[in-house]
Amino acid sequence: MPKYTLHINGTQKVIDTEADTPLLYALRDYLQLNGPKFGCGLSQCGACMVLKDGKAVTSCLLPIASIGNSEIITLEGLVESNGKMHALQEAFIKEQAAQCGYCLNGMLMAATGLLNENPRPTDTEIKEALELNLCRCSAHTRIIKAIKSAAKNQTGP
Amino acid sequence: MIEFPKNSRRKFLRNIGFISIGFPLLSYNFGDEDSLLDQNGSFESNLNRNLRFANPVNAWLNVLEDGRVLVYSGKVELGQGIRTAVRQVAAEELELELEQVEVHLAETGVTPDEGYTAGSSSIPNSAMSVRYAAATARQKLLELASTKLNTPEEDLILINGQVKSKNSNLSLNFSEILDGTQLEMEVSKLVPLKAKSDYRYVGKSIPRMDIEKMVHGEEVYIQDLRFPGMLHARVLRPAGYQSKLINLDESGLSSEVSGIVKTVVNGRFVGVITEREYQAVKAESYLNRHSKWTPNPAFPEQKALFSHIKSIAEKPKNIKNQGDVSIEYAENQTFKATFTKPYLKHGAIGPACGIAMYDRKVLHIWSHSQGIYPMRRAIAAMLKMDEDKLHVIAVPGAGCFGHSTADDAAADAAILAMAHPGKHIRVQWSRHDENTWDPYGTAMIMELEASMNANGKIYSWKADVWSDSHSIRPDKDPATLLDTRYFEQAIPLTGRGYLGGAHRNADPYYSIPNMQVNAHYFDGPLRVSSLRSLASYTTIFSIESFMDELAEKAGKDPLAFRLAHLEDERAIAVINKIKLMCERENLKDGEGMGYSFSRYKNTSAYSACAAKVWVDKSAGTIKLKKMWAAVDVGEIINLDGIINQIEGGMLQAASWTLKEQVTFAGNEITSTDWNRYPVFRFSDIPELEVAMIDRPTEPAEGGGEVSMPPTGAAIANAVYNACGKRVYNLPITAEKILG
Ligand code: FES
Ligand code: FES
Repeated sequence: MPKYTLHINGTQKVIDTEADTPLLYALRDYLQLNGPKFGCGLSQCGACMVLKDGKAVTSCLLPIASIGNSEIITLEGLVESNGKMHALQEAFIKEQAAQCGYCLNGMLMAATGLLNENPRPTDTEIKEALELNLCRCSAHTRIIKAIKSAAKNQTGP
Repeated sequence: MIEFPKNSRRKFLRNIGFISIGFPLLSYNFGDEDSLLDQNGSFESNLNRNLRFANPVNAWLNVLEDGRVLVYSGKVELGQGIRTAVRQVAAEELELELEQVEVHLAETGVTPDEGYTAGSSSIPNSAMSVRYAAATARQKLLELASTKLNTPEEDLILINGQVKSKNSNLSLNFSEILDGTQLEMEVSKLVPLKAKSDYRYVGKSIPRMDIEKMVHGEEVYIQDLRFPGMLHARVLRPAGYQSKLINLDESGLSSEVSGIVKTVVNGRFVGVITEREYQAVKAESYLNRHSKWTPNPAFPEQKALFSHIKSIAEKPKNIKNQGDVSIEYAENQTFKATFTKPYLKHGAIGPACGIAMYDRKVLHIWSHSQGIYPMRRAIAAMLKMDEDKLHVIAVPGAGCFGHSTADDAAADAAILAMAHPGKHIRVQWSRHDENTWDPYGTAMIMELEASMNANGKIYSWKADVWSDSHSIRPDKDPATLLDTRYFEQAIPLTGRGYLGGAHRNADPYYSIPNMQVNAHYFDGPLRVSSLRSLASYTTIFSIESFMDELAEKAGKDPLAFRLAHLEDERAIAVINKIKLMCERENLKDGEGMGYSFSRYKNTSAYSACAAKVWVDKSAGTIKLKKMWAAVDVGEIINLDGIINQIEGGMLQAASWTLKEQVTFAGNEITSTDWNRYPVFRFSDIPELEVAMIDRPTEPAEGGGEVSMPPTGAAIANAVYNACGKRVYNLPITAEKILG
């Protein structure tokens, strides 16, 4: 079986798997990460999102062989090395922006990708950036609030 | 043979002395959650009833070695925050910090059998039981401390887990008070509860502690559990409900897919176990391509679904008869309307998952089922095993809002684990199977007829409801689990499940002298079971749409018209509140406001709802701009928790109303993924505003379902007011606006 070296959350990981294994399965099943979730396997719900070179992408249809040297950050990698939470993580807790929380990985990844590019997004920009991300418990309005408050805290008033 | 109850409990206790309070639970042993829940009165009356019938005591509250308290609840966490609510009431009565209360949720042999976590019953049943148990413990602890400290009880105060003397610096924590004594007692009378005016936690917004774990990607969900040597599996479902397996050719499987451990075939049950998860995905796809099934008989035409339903319905059953609907007065005017609702999906974001391991003595199962004890009964019957050889542990999954596929996934895992002992087997469902094998919320029809007098008062009301079952949850009948129906020796599903949910809220809460409700049951073409709020979403959509039509005919303001038919002060209060909340709304061209009201189950929480929409008359597009709710759930336990559930309910019901329907064509269910079963996305999300009316002296009702029923009608009424088009058939889409 081929070996793949991935750059995940700042470290290098070697994975021995078939070339068509999607990144999501590599992360969950081989690297035992919990952040990225299986939701549809069809790139329709956003549950499996990761950051690939800073951009939020779905990982459920992304073959491991296509990752190359890209930097992958998962939910686990959002926390700084000193243990400090990302402003978004803090804001989601503060706003209690979840019910079951199964969608939160995708929400946080999509929001991080958004803030990387646009530190002060409007409501409409937030909605556009998270359009792929589904939440059945419908915590949407809290999620929007959390992203706005994180943006404020990140960039100062 | 395992002895979970005592051993597991006492492992925490290490014989340091404990007080173990057993208390009667309201829902501890029923086969059908909803019918019993419908009869629930307040906790007090039920406690009395339980004691009168000497029901077994089956729940526990223990003091731990370090003086903290451990509470067992048989309810499962569904994202509704039950752990936090239980913690709040226990900490409140025992004067503890929240962190000093541990909550152990559903596990067979450890926690009580509380049936299903459903029907908005966790607060009125489980949390209220915990409250009385904690109050009993408090009384006993004070009594013991008084003896120990040689101080009269009135000179003692309880604070943060310490009993202190008011007059000296003597103090004891709970385990010091017990000091080796082992007390097993029961809630035997109505113990005095802490004065509500002294509450520190109850009624406040207490943050849930699990959200921190979620944002860190910690192990939270069943999907995250990993065991040494765990194997993965998928189950190949038949081509359709009634398809028979003609041929399965596995000959090339191992050469095409690596990591194959075993395939398990029993009749039409086809499972495959692999080393890695993606191998299981590929193996299932291989087996799918190399199997032949007989085609499922064709479904009725989607367009003709409702006439089909009428054609297969049984003779109507009269559910309610009050006064005489047959009397007609010449001066009264009669109005009629028919409403329909399609099949709806649960639509959990994470498809079902089940894990099982047979250690050759006991079958251990991890599941996100809503009722682990009833499911254990069903799986035991399916496998023909003794119930006590099964150990089920509840682990959260993605929010699924009723009886969805969790139990079936657990059954899959159980079957495969028995076929491959000694290893943990993890079964993950695909999105396709989750969408096509879900026990949907049934399609329904509601026909209404009302006569109104010249003063705009409704004189008589007749309702006819067509509905399939609203709960075929797993219990003793193994055929409630999908797999059982597809075994070589298949057991067909014969029970009709719970029909009572079909007419929930079918009789309006309004004062109408003559009223009749008839239920027409049918056995429909799709698999069904309970979906959040059961029939209430449909019955209230119909009633509250019709109320607006009647108000218009009477020339009355829709809220004033409702108020004129209400006597209950609490109902009037939520309507007045919603009026106040929306008073300042200005409407632009193409915009409309709509209102609605319901009291859930006609016995539980009250809510009034408003919606503001904008309709593009030329394209028919509807934009939901804002929704409001004024809600009274009686005593509030966790303010932010209840608001969170109400907001989520409004949005989910709005998604049902504007987007959702299960589709089928030929012999297939075609709404197989999120493109073919669209639900709300961020661009659909309106603004929300929720106001709670706290009634600390009223019984605490659950809030998980209260906002679903009124949402549909509020939107339909707003759409009508925006564009003049009344839509009777859900979902309300552009096509129907233009049609
Ligand atoms: S799991 Fe990847 S988008 Fe749904
Ligand atoms: S919180 Fe449950 S899916 Fe978003």
